[in-house]
Formats: sequence, structure tokens, C-alpha cells
Amino acid sequence: MSESARHGDGLPREAKRAIDELRPHYPTTEALLLPALHIAQRHWGGWLPDEAISAVARELDLAESKVYGVVTFYDLFHQHPVGRHRIRVCTNLSCTLRGGEEILHAVRRHLKVDENEVTADGRCSFVHFECLGACEQAPMMMIGDRYHGDLTPRRAVEILEGLD
Amino acid sequence: MAFEPILLRNAGNPAVHEVSGYRKAGGYEALSKALAMEPEEIIDAVKASGLRGRGGAGFPAGLKWSFIPKGSEKAKYLVCNADESEPGTFKDRILIETDPHQLIEGCAICCYAVGASTCYVYIRGEYVAPALTLERAIADAYEHGLLGEDVLGSGFALDMRVHRGAGAYICGEETGMLESLEGRRGQPRIKPPFPAIVGAFAAPTVINNVETLCNVPHIIGRGAEWFKSLGTDERNTGPKVYCISGHVERPGVYEYPIGVTLDDLIAAAGGMYRGRALKAYIPGGASAAILSDEQSGLPMDFDSLAQAGSMLGSAAVVVMDETTCLVRATLRLAKFFAHESCGQCTPCREGTNWSEMILARLEDGRGSESDIDLLQRITTNMSGTALCALADACVGPVRSLVTNFRPEVMQHVEQGCCPLPRQSIFEPGAVS
Ligand SMILES: Cc1cc2nc3c(=O)[nH]c(=O)nc-3n(C[C@H](O)[C@H](O)[C@H](O)COP(=O)(O)O)c2cc1C
Ligand code: SF4
Ligand code: FES
Repeated sequence: MSESARHGDGLPREAKRAIDELRPHYPTTEALLLPALHIAQRHWGGWLPDEAISAVARELDLAESKVYGVVTFYDLFHQHPVGRHRIRVCTNLSCTLRGGEEILHAVRRHLKVDENEVTADGRCSFVHFECLGACEQAPMMMIGDRYHGDLTPRRAVEILEGLD
Repeated sequence: MAFEPILLRNAGNPAVHEVSGYRKAGGYEALSKALAMEPEEIIDAVKASGLRGRGGAGFPAGLKWSFIPKGSEKAKYLVCNADESEPGTFKDRILIETDPHQLIEGCAICCYAVGASTCYVYIRGEYVAPALTLERAIADAYEHGLLGEDVLGSGFALDMRVHRGAGAYICGEETGMLESLEGRRGQPRIKPPFPAIVGAFAAPTVINNVETLCNVPHIIGRGAEWFKSLGTDERNTGPKVYCISGHVERPGVYEYPIGVTLDDLIAAAGGMYRGRALKAYIPGGASAAILSDEQSGLPMDFDSLAQAGSMLGSAAVVVMDETTCLVRATLRLAKFFAHESCGQCTPCREGTNWSEMILARLEDGRGSESDIDLLQRITTNMSGTALCALADACVGPVRSLVTNFRPEVMQHVEQGCCPLPRQSIFEPGAVS
């Protein structure tokens, strides 16, 4: 979390600027909500604490309840702390057919936490996920924004070990 | 099967990520040509080509464009559907990653034809790298005057933006997508009114899939007759990018004229995984009915697959070999739909959940024969009773399991467990 980048209880200045750049491209302010939440989540270390949600609501002049409603609808917005590395293991059909569940078990065993928990050092958290649109690389997982495909349980663990 | 790729012709030529490289490969000639045509002529050409939507429903693209009211000064939009969340589908990602300008060119031609001056590409939130690739290409297109105030000096103005989703399958449904674009929960709208009349921001809107739009420059460039010469018949025309995954040796995208068979695709993909035998396949993504090995010779086009009780959908072909438990495979899909139902409609919200629960007990041997009939009844109650097609999407695989593969489900009931050994796909050494 970049404490220093925050100003008062509003959005960090850079986040505000990023949102302002988008304004001319949408006919309503409401349409900026998803982009603004992505931007806010990046600034708050990968999740959206209540203060982030309030800040976005104020910035876009929307009711907080409305913003909560949107945040809870989408799988990529998080209301709980996540690890520095967010791991999504695909367990949809194409990945399952190629051993995706074994990858999930290997990740769980290695990290010694359960889904949605963060390792004690704050490094990693993982979830199983629906098809990530990369079934040609099955079984696969995503770490942060990166795809890792053609996994074996051993390869998955090696990748986890290589994270900073 | 030899076929000179069309949509994927620039795969392996990263120079096309830049306007200069794409132009060298013949790119943006179709846009110049289109800008010299009357918008109506373009719509007629797309109609004549027989191009049908590649996002799932197969709706004729030219006809959709022709629904946009003409002559009004009101803002109009194109929303390109790059949500690509149908399990088994990855072609749109690869189309964007290999040739982003092909999509930009297709979008620009569509916008000119329907009189839209804004195009949003709604891309699933997980596609961070493809979104960046596309954003870079868009910036380059602006610099070269291919987008912006005055496209290629024609006086036509076009703003194009990439808009990221945030992880919700239902936002691939066109009105769910519009709700999401407008900053709300992605809950589908009641139709009519259709998006062509009341779409994004209450304005007339065309929504087309990435691959649909990628076809457009080729139709304008080479003509509708050429396009129609590819495919099974005049209702199933053009090239098609098939996504093949599961139990084949080389999963990936394979482009052919629409209407190749599963056997052709498996051969192209290096044969069955580890030489095992084919058991069943899904021809068009998680929403499609599961077909058996006996149907592997069907032409994979819109009408042939519909006649067989399934669908081409997004052409996400999932191949399952003899080691696959189809109850388990279907359970996995039902679980997906239960998770992704937006919850607005009772038959969908309840039906997807009950399908998952009943399949779960059948799969681990706690089910009874009456559960199979119950599944049948549930799917009947879900069909055509909900607001969008997600409920029917769940019905696709679930009903096909109980109708096409009932003996396998019954084996679970009779033996009180899954009759198939659950073996690891990995060599012992691969497991740490
Ligand atoms: C639940 C659901 C999910 C869908 N997901 C997608 C998708 O991810 N991508 C897509 O192009 N179309 C998707 N569609 C189809 C769209 O609603 C729409 O028909 C399509 O984008 C129209 O474009 P086309 O005519 O070019 O195919 C989905 C439909 C439903 C009901
Ligand atoms: S059918 Fe399902 S996903 Fe579609 S609107 Fe109704 S509840 Fe939502
Ligand atoms: S099923 Fe795993 S990426 Fe598609």
C-alpha cells in the first residue's frame, strides 16, 4: 500500500489525474466507475478498503451504496487484503481436463494458506478461478497480470518460489 | 488440410503491431476503400457476404447494422465485445494479440457504415496485456490519422477507447455489457428495446464480437463473393477461427473455412492427447450441448450443429477423451453458470444452483434415478423463461448429459460412485 501517495481521505493525486483524463471520452460520469475502481485498487495495493470506495464515490459524485453494489458484483474487485502476488488458478473445464485441480492443490500445499487468505509474509494469496481465456495453455494460472501456462504441479511451485 | 489463413495471416509477423508494418501487409487499404463508398453500400456488402456474428448467436452482421436508424444526428456507438469469457474460448485474445490493427480497421469501417463516432472495445478485465497491445495500436492509429477528428482526410471523426471489464461472464451478454459500460452491475436489460435503438447511453448501438469485426476489412477488400466462396453454404460463410482445447496434443487456434469437422480439427491439433480415444466434445463453448464421438464428422457450422441439437457458439471446441467423466465435466460447467448467474431471474438463479447441487450428488454416487428426471424438469423450466440466454446456456450441457449420456449417469447411481478411475494426468515426477 502506498501510504505516502494518499492525500487526506480522498483519492491520491495521480489517481485523480488518471480519472480526469478519461472524462472527455464518456458521456456520463457514472461510466467512469469501473475505470476509477481499477485505478483506485491499484493505488490501494490491490484491494478496495472502505476509504477507497468512499473516495471513488465522492470523486464521481455517486452514492456510496451504488459503488458498493458495483464492487461486490465483479470478481476482480476485492474488499479484503490480497497478497502482493495475486494468484488465480484456472479450474474451468479445459484446465481441469489437463490437471488444473492438481495445480490448485500444489499451490495450496506450497503456500500453506487457504483460498482468499494471505501468507504471513504478505507475499501471496490465491483463488481458483473460472476460465481465463487461455485454454490452449492449460493447465494455467495467472499471477498478477501475467499468464503462466502449460503447468505441472512442480513447475507451478517453481514459479511461486521464484516470486520476489 | 491446407488453408491460407485470413484472420490469422499476420500471426508470426510482429511488425503488424505498428501501422507501418500493418500497411506493408496490405492493411488499412480496405478502410480507404470503405471511406470512398456510401455507408449503405458497405452495409449491403456485409449483408451480401453472409457474415454471421462470431460471438455466439450467429446473427447476420449486415442486418444488425441496418437496424441503426439513419439520418439522425443523435450520437451512435459501436461496442466491440472483447469480453471473451465463454469457457474454452481464447480466439479474440489471440486475434488482438497477433493483429490489433485488423480489429481497429474493422471497427472503423463499421463505425463509418452505421454513422457511429465513438467505439468502445469492452475487454475482459483479466486481459491486461492484450488491452495494452490494443491501446498502443490505437495510439499509433491516432498518430497516423486513422482515428480521430478526420479519419484519412475523409471528414469522418472517430474516437476509439479500450474499456476494461472486471471479471463477470454476464458482461459478455450484450445488454449486461452496456450496463457495465455505463458504470453499473452487469445485469442484462429487458429486450426490446434492442440496442440498435436504445443501446449505450440510450443511443443506437451496434454490438459485435472481435472476430466478427476482424472479418469486415476482408469483405470490403476482397468482396462479398469471395467471402461467400468459403464455408459450407450461403448461410455459413467465411473463415472461422476455432479454439481447440482439452485432450488434443496441440491445443490452440486453427483457422479454416467455416464448416470443418471435429476430425479435421483434431488432426490439425496433432491428434488425440497421448493417443487416447475420443469420447465426447463440446463444439461451441460451455453453453453448447455435449456431442458424442459418433458425431465427430459433423460440419462445424451454425446450422449443422444446431440441427444436431448443439451450437457453433464461440467455436470453443473442448475435446474429451475416454478417461473423462462426463458427469464431472458437466458439473464443472453447471458450477460455472451458478457462479455467473447475475441473479435477476428466479429460473436462472435457482436452476443453475440446483443443477450444480444435483450433479454434485450424482457425480459422487449419492444420487438416484429420480435425480436424472429432476434435472430434466429443471432444465425444461429454465428454457426460455429467463431474461437473457445465460439460463439456456446452462441448459445446453446439462440437458445433453441426461439425454445423450444417460447410461453413464445411471452407472454413477448404480455403482454408488464414479465408475471411472480418477488418474493423474501428470507423470509421477511432475508432482512435488
Ligand atoms: C451469458 C452470455 C455471455 C456472452 N458472452 C459473450 C462474449 O464473451 N463475447 C461475445 O462476443 N459475445 C458474447 N455473448 C453474445 C453477445 O450477447 C452478443 O450476441 C454478441 O456480442 C454479438 O456480437 P456478434 O453478433 O458479432 O456475435 C454472450 C451472450 C450471453 C447470453
Ligand atoms: S437469465 Fe440469469 S444471467 Fe440472465 S438476466 Fe436472468 S438471472 Fe441474470
Ligand atoms: S479453462 Fe482454463 S483458461 Fe480456459
